[in-house]
Amino acid sequence: MAVIRRGLVVLVLLLVAGLVQGAVEVREFADPVLERRYSDLNESLRCPKCQNQAIGDSNSPVAADMRERVYMLLQDGRSDMEIRDYMVKRFGDYVLYNPRLEGRTWLLWGLPGALVVIGGIVVVLIVRTRRRASARQLSPDERARLDALIKRKRPE
Amino acid sequence: MKRRLLLLLPLVGFLLLSGFLYMGLSLDPFQRDSALLAREFPEFQLSTLEDSEVLVDESLLKGEVTLVNVWGEWCPTCKQEMPQLLSLAERGVRLIGVDYKDTRAKGQEFLEEFGNPFEVNVFDPEGDLGFELGVYGAPETFLVDRDGIIRYHHTGYIKPEDVVQTILPEVRKWQ
Repeated sequence: MAVIRRGLVVLVLLLVAGLVQGAVEVREFADPVLERRYSDLNESLRCPKCQNQAIGDSNSPVAADMRERVYMLLQDGRSDMEIRDYMVKRFGDYVLYNPRLEGRTWLLWGLPGALVVIGGIVVVLIVRTRRRASARQLSPDERARLDALIKRKRPE
Repeated sequence: MKRRLLLLLPLVGFLLLSGFLYMGLSLDPFQRDSALLAREFPEFQLSTLEDSEVLVDESLLKGEVTLVNVWGEWCPTCKQEMPQLLSLAERGVRLIGVDYKDTRAKGQEFLEEFGNPFEVNVFDPEGDLGFELGVYGAPETFLVDRDGIIRYHHTGYIKPEDVVQTILPEVRKWQ
């Protein structure tokens, strides 16, 4: 019995240890707007050590350092843009979940829109040529027959 | 006939896209260029690991091509990397260490045990210099030219073959 109880205690402690380790530090903000911006920034910045995790939910030490910097820069009155630039200057474009629109990225941002436009043009062209082609293919005899069929009254 | 060929267009597009994505599969996401390439080594003012009274700054890197290695006692890969760094030092490469997020005692112990290829070690207990350098894990190595500009960045472990194949040629290129 004592062994089982001890085992349970160890198990619970292990579970709690996982929780404690997984927790991201809590920070105090006098201004709720700052708090909102802090959590938005934490969600939009990517942890450079991780494959696909925002700094806001990563345990990696560098993510903790970055959160600390974000906090300090916010307290310092910097804008979101300045804070993002600050991180990009040190860790590269990798840290941005939304790449900036610039010379290197216009293809990335422009391609989806361009593909939709091209697709639309192709569809319009196809529909038009089909319509024209099917109208042209009828000989005068066929056309007369078609008209007759359309106008024919349904037998009662 | 021309119309028929046009029907192949979507297939061609699909193949192009698949080829592109397939290439992406073999890319290592940790092999990316440092944001600091072609930029000046960040400013800092920190004490040396050897002596807490001695302050050093970025002028340490001017005048000679230098390899800056970011290491820490807590980092197992750094221990494996030391023989390679010692061999680089033997070949006449100037090395400067950054003891990153470490304690002075442990850092000094590390050098006693694994050897000291560094001309001097910058002691960075809070990781401030590491942050300025965009370090997200040790070891990382930066090549700085004689004007203090970062020219090459090696993320992670320098393998024994890297010494001759990549690091030395890069050093020679800027010397």
